[in-house]
Amino acid sequence: MTMFGNLDFDVIRRSLPYLFLDGMSFTLMLTGLSALGGLIFGTLIALMRLSSYKVLGRIAGLYVDFMRSLPLVLVIFWFYFLVPYIGQWLTGASRPIRVGAFTSSLVTFIMFEAAYFSEIMRAGIQSISRGQPAAASALGLTYSQSMRYVVLPQAFRNMLPVLLTQTIVLFQDTSLVYVLSIPDFLGAASKVAQRDGRLVEMYLFAAAVYFAISCVASWGVRRLQARIAIVR
Amino acid sequence: MIEISHVNKWYGPTFQVLKDCTTSVAKGEVVVVCGPSGSGKSTLIKCVNALEPFQEGQIVLDGVKVNDPKTDLPKLRARVGMVFQHFELFPHLRIIDNLCLAQEKVLGRSHDEAVAKGDKLLERVGLKAHANKYPAELSGGQQQRVAIARALVSQPTVVFADEPTGNLDSATSGEILELMRDSVDELGQTTVMVTHDARAAAIADRILFLDDGLIVRDMPRSEPHDVLEAMESLAAR
Repeated sequence: MTMFGNLDFDVIRRSLPYLFLDGMSFTLMLTGLSALGGLIFGTLIALMRLSSYKVLGRIAGLYVDFMRSLPLVLVIFWFYFLVPYIGQWLTGASRPIRVGAFTSSLVTFIMFEAAYFSEIMRAGIQSISRGQPAAASALGLTYSQSMRYVVLPQAFRNMLPVLLTQTIVLFQDTSLVYVLSIPDFLGAASKVAQRDGRLVEMYLFAAAVYFAISCVASWGVRRLQARIAIVR
Repeated sequence: MIEISHVNKWYGPTFQVLKDCTTSVAKGEVVVVCGPSGSGKSTLIKCVNALEPFQEGQIVLDGVKVNDPKTDLPKLRARVGMVFQHFELFPHLRIIDNLCLAQEKVLGRSHDEAVAKGDKLLERVGLKAHANKYPAELSGGQQQRVAIARALVSQPTVVFADEPTGNLDSATSGEILELMRDSVDELGQTTVMVTHDARAAAIADRILFLDDGLIVRDMPRSEPHDVLEAMESLAAR
């Protein structure tokens, strides 16, 4: 009997609809929404960090350092228990509000990723020559117009490959919501594995899927990088 | 049009880059500012356009105090055109969009009106065929022509040019100076140009010489021999 003689890979075929329609769609939605929220919030933090108002810069710096000093899984747990109380405080409700594991994990990832995206955007904004905002000011554009129409589009384009690479890391990190018993792709695979007693098959398959998607996405980022680079 | 009174500016606590600069520029006048590197020429025009703050003195531009905290600087700058040594076109925008951005966002012109005015200016500088290209697809001289068109498209009353020929070869520099003179003759805007280029004297009504932050000479063009001699002696330093 061979080493894999006892394995039943048919369990994968049987659970494909559950794995992809439930698990992977959840993972992709969490990744997409977290990346979008993280990018918006991260850009604001980056602008605060670069602000001439030192207090804003200090607050943003502390936030980034704080978030980057904590293990993600701890933040996931922390927000899961904290968000209902923050909601209670914000709404003035008499008891902690019910937010659900998805909302809680989405808030966590947005807050966490914003710290990383902000550093990428900060580097992107600083990579733009000082003459560009000066030219925008000289044309009469306000600070916010200069950022919106001149600096951020260039910074975003310069940083897009790094932002997408960070999003691939985020895609992998979303599997940590498994600790909240959320059926993301890994959670769904784990449930099938436990139910059918097919841990090796399901975890091998989950690893292969994460590997394939991340590899294809990285290849796509490299191709995109070559296409969108601004020629100067 | 421009009144500069006793302007002093420091970088840091000790390095004084402008020392008691006082002069005025009349409406429609073309003034060339010359001087060795580090003499404060570029800083002076950036102070006039409020791109650089200064600590002492006063600058009045078209009746508006530049260093008054209540001054609406974006509104003031919309009446001023600026040409940079390194062109500073926006590389992510097409040429026509470079010309339309401030027209639409600052002056509130419609897109169609902005495009029409942009096209007209591009035709004037001989680049209408390149309207849909990106800046990197043009030569240095062509980019500077676009930068001049961008500065003029808002119909400014004053144009500042910071070494507009500093990054160009000799033949292209001559074309750019000619273009600037033509636009002054046609549109009549007040022009202040910082340059090392001795040929710029030919398009100037007056030439200011800066040295070590001080305005050391103020000469009319009617003294061409003296002007060239002074420019050459400063350029040699």
